[in-house]
Amino acid sequence: MQFPYLSVLIFTPLAAAVILLLLPNRQARLIRAIALTASALVLGLSAALFFISSPVVDGYRFIEKIDWLPELGISYHVGVDGFSLPLLLLAGLVAFSGVLVSWNVQDRPREFFSFFMFLVASVLGVFSSLDLFQLFFFFELAVFPKYLMIVMWGSPQTREYGGMKLTLYLFLGSVVALVGVFALYFGSGLNTFDMLALEKAGLPLAFQQIWFPVIFIGFAVLAGIFPFYSWAPDGHVAAPTAVSMLLAGVEMKVGAFAALRIGIELLPQGAQHWAWLILLLGTINVVYGALLAMAQKDLKYVIGYSSVSHMGLVLIGFAALNQQGLLGAGLQMFSHGVMTALFFAVVGMVYDRTHTRDIGQLGGLARFMPLAAFGFIVSGLVSMGMPGFSGFVAEIPIYLGAWRVAPWVAVVSAVSIVITAAYILLVVRRVFFGEVPQSLSALEDIHTRDKLVVLMLSLVMIAVGLLPGLISAGISDGVNRILQLLGGSL
Amino acid sequence: MLNFLEAHSLSILLFTPALAALAVMLLPARRIKLLRWFALAASLLPLGLSVYLWLRFDPALDPRLAFQFEEWLPWFPAIGSSYHLGLDGLSLPMVALTCLLTPLAILASFKIETHLRGYLALFLLLETGILGVFMALDLLLFFVFWEIGLVPMYFLINQWGGANRNYASLKFIIFTMGGSLGLLLAIQLIGLNAGSFDMLNLFRNFGSLDLSVFGLTSAAVKTIAFWAFVIAFAVKVPVWPFHTWLPDAHTEAPTAGSMILAGVLLKLGAYGFLRLVLPLFPQESARFAPALAALAAAAIIFGALAAAGQKDLKKLVAYSSVNHMGFVMLGVAAVASAVGGDAAAVQSSRIAASGAVLQMVNHGLSSAGMFFLVGVLYDRAHTRQLDEFGGLYALLPAYGTVFIFVSMASLGLPGLNGFISELLVVVGAWPLLSAYVAAAMIGLIFTGTYILKGIRQVLHGPLNLRWRGVLTEMSAREWAVILPLMALMLLLGIWPSWLLDLINRAVMFWF
Repeated sequence: MQFPYLSVLIFTPLAAAVILLLLPNRQARLIRAIALTASALVLGLSAALFFISSPVVDGYRFIEKIDWLPELGISYHVGVDGFSLPLLLLAGLVAFSGVLVSWNVQDRPREFFSFFMFLVASVLGVFSSLDLFQLFFFFELAVFPKYLMIVMWGSPQTREYGGMKLTLYLFLGSVVALVGVFALYFGSGLNTFDMLALEKAGLPLAFQQIWFPVIFIGFAVLAGIFPFYSWAPDGHVAAPTAVSMLLAGVEMKVGAFAALRIGIELLPQGAQHWAWLILLLGTINVVYGALLAMAQKDLKYVIGYSSVSHMGLVLIGFAALNQQGLLGAGLQMFSHGVMTALFFAVVGMVYDRTHTRDIGQLGGLARFMPLAAFGFIVSGLVSMGMPGFSGFVAEIPIYLGAWRVAPWVAVVSAVSIVITAAYILLVVRRVFFGEVPQSLSALEDIHTRDKLVVLMLSLVMIAVGLLPGLISAGISDGVNRILQLLGGSL
Repeated sequence: MLNFLEAHSLSILLFTPALAALAVMLLPARRIKLLRWFALAASLLPLGLSVYLWLRFDPALDPRLAFQFEEWLPWFPAIGSSYHLGLDGLSLPMVALTCLLTPLAILASFKIETHLRGYLALFLLLETGILGVFMALDLLLFFVFWEIGLVPMYFLINQWGGANRNYASLKFIIFTMGGSLGLLLAIQLIGLNAGSFDMLNLFRNFGSLDLSVFGLTSAAVKTIAFWAFVIAFAVKVPVWPFHTWLPDAHTEAPTAGSMILAGVLLKLGAYGFLRLVLPLFPQESARFAPALAALAAAAIIFGALAAAGQKDLKKLVAYSSVNHMGFVMLGVAAVASAVGGDAAAVQSSRIAASGAVLQMVNHGLSSAGMFFLVGVLYDRAHTRQLDEFGGLYALLPAYGTVFIFVSMASLGLPGLNGFISELLVVVGAWPLLSAYVAAAMIGLIFTGTYILKGIRQVLHGPLNLRWRGVLTEMSAREWAVILPLMALMLLLGIWPSWLLDLINRAVMFWF
């Protein structure tokens, strides 16, 4: 039997989460050491899987399957393909970075790092699930740690509101999706939650057309689909830095990923029927999200709304249902995850030192923290889709895919490139350059740990931008599998 | 090892400045002298390489068949884009011009001390971006470099610029990015339908490519794509009425930034017309040649009039770029109008095309020189207002002589470089676009007006006494910047054929 790589990957943070809860809160150093070790293992293992996995192998690999409740057809079943491997790596990068930037959490570090590890385990579990029930289990595993982390460690002004809003939105979305999942289970008549079996179920067209929007939009709420996006900025802003990074960087991809895996892969004809709707909603996300971001005065809200805009591109890529669109969506999920994690990390570093996120009260910070400014600028350039950075190589295939099915989507959403450039450059200038307000004299530079985070995430985005083949080859292979499900003809 | 260098000479030239920029960032920020000399030395490497390429370039090869020093590697195979570089007689002079102006611009920046390390690194990155545009033979790669150069230029203006730099830098980047949106969309559409972004493939197959979309015919879409390309490049050139970002950007940019901006960045737009618009859209070019010619004539006339109306010396020079680049555009229009024409038309347009390419080089030299001289004066006087100067020739005879020399080159005095290229454009374009050329000739009168106005208000008239003892002659370093430019202006003025032969062969590319 093969070494259970994926189980080790998923259960490392889960075990760490449980162990942490058993430690006394006084042992802050031990707690941090355990969290750092666990997240480093996750990063190392996800990177190893990413690099040892040959991109030419078709289909799922590292598969493990153990029957759990055979009467109902539920099993513990994991496996990854070219599409999910980069997402595991993304989760590893963000988990490791999140622990590093949260090093100085003083308030109940045991619970903080334990809940964070639960979140990490949850996203890793979703990305590697091949069983619907299990996927849902991991999907819901995140709900309580997410809520508790926002209300306990979030920014005092809005954490009650933001945490509650986020939880209710996501809860409603997942309940709707759960109804769809049960419909799928009973509709298929196969008495199994095994996704590989359900792929071949050959569900009737009418069934697919009815249930696709329920499942896709239910999950896509977590991806911030219009009009169910407003939890995202409020929730991200209220959350503590590491949680914002994980929520916007990885959790939104969890929503998109589940919508793809279950909505599109299991109901391909439903997806073809409803593609126009997803294209429309995605385009609204892209343009309206960018306009909303432009109107913000709070630095963290700018980033929050920019995520809404960028996730719209992922939805467009999905709904194009062709090679280019899906490839671009996969690249964009990775690129946006790294980008927004770095954005939120830098915003956190700024806030920790200035105690404000009001753009009007900030200025000249590059003088005190040049590397933080560098990280923000790199993220900004990725966000603008500047060539040479990962955002460009992700957006181009999405646009190509959109041209093939709905050219107006490409034309309309291209407007967001200029809007994004304008608001990003304005924010960069106001926050990091110009005069330093008197209230901010003599700030400390960011810590070496923070510098490590900034450098690591920036280099990943530049490397992918210069050499897209690093991850596009694997994603292409994952895309080919999805295209076969869609009938190959597209 | 040597084989590797031979096979990748373009890549080495392209990435040397970027690697130098990285190295600069690793040097200690406080060692100002070390940083300066290191950056200068590093920028001389590409210059040496470009001379080597020039010597190895075989002008006898038919440009329609082969680019030289070609390199090809898969870059983004999933969407059919590759890392494809190559040079021909059109791009080689542009590469050489870029490699020449960058060390001169760095030498001109020796007074800069604030955040010097970042400044030099951005300059070197900018060089890589510009060189990439001239070398790229893949449409997507072309766009990558086209946009990537905006970032260092934005920060150069925004961080080291004048008082109104925030406005100017944002206007610069938003105008250019906004102008390039249509280009980006058109490139996507073309690449998708052709299945590849390779320019050499597109040059061969573009005519038969079906681009129909939105229920429009392929021909209609190609017309729209033509205008998308034209607008993107016209903003960069800049052609009237897309030029308004230019005076702002120049006024606020540091001296060396203006030298590169006027010297090479504007050439990117003209190069786009020559490299992409004319070969890809011959029919559309022919159809809209009168419109291009009208825009060119407008640029020549309005650019000159606007320059003549300025009170700020740097703005005067900035508007003169609009005027001079108008001649490049006139040459482009002449080629456009001759496509599919008879032998005589082709013959005329070849002359105009050679003139246009030569004018790109000449304007690169003279505008960089003029902006440098403005900077020399500003460094000492801290003002650029023309009415505060006057009579400086008495105080600074050597500077005055250089100023007159470079102004005359810019004016197009016979014996200096600008004369030949403008003459070639006018002679070549006359039989094809007589009315527009006639209008442009009127603009030439205003060119004389603003150049003489600049000379008179700075050098002649009553001396403003407050400058006595304040203004000093140029230093050895400053001479080292201007002398190579002057030497080339003179050389091209009296013996242009060494460059013109190369260009004459290269322009066969369009016919």
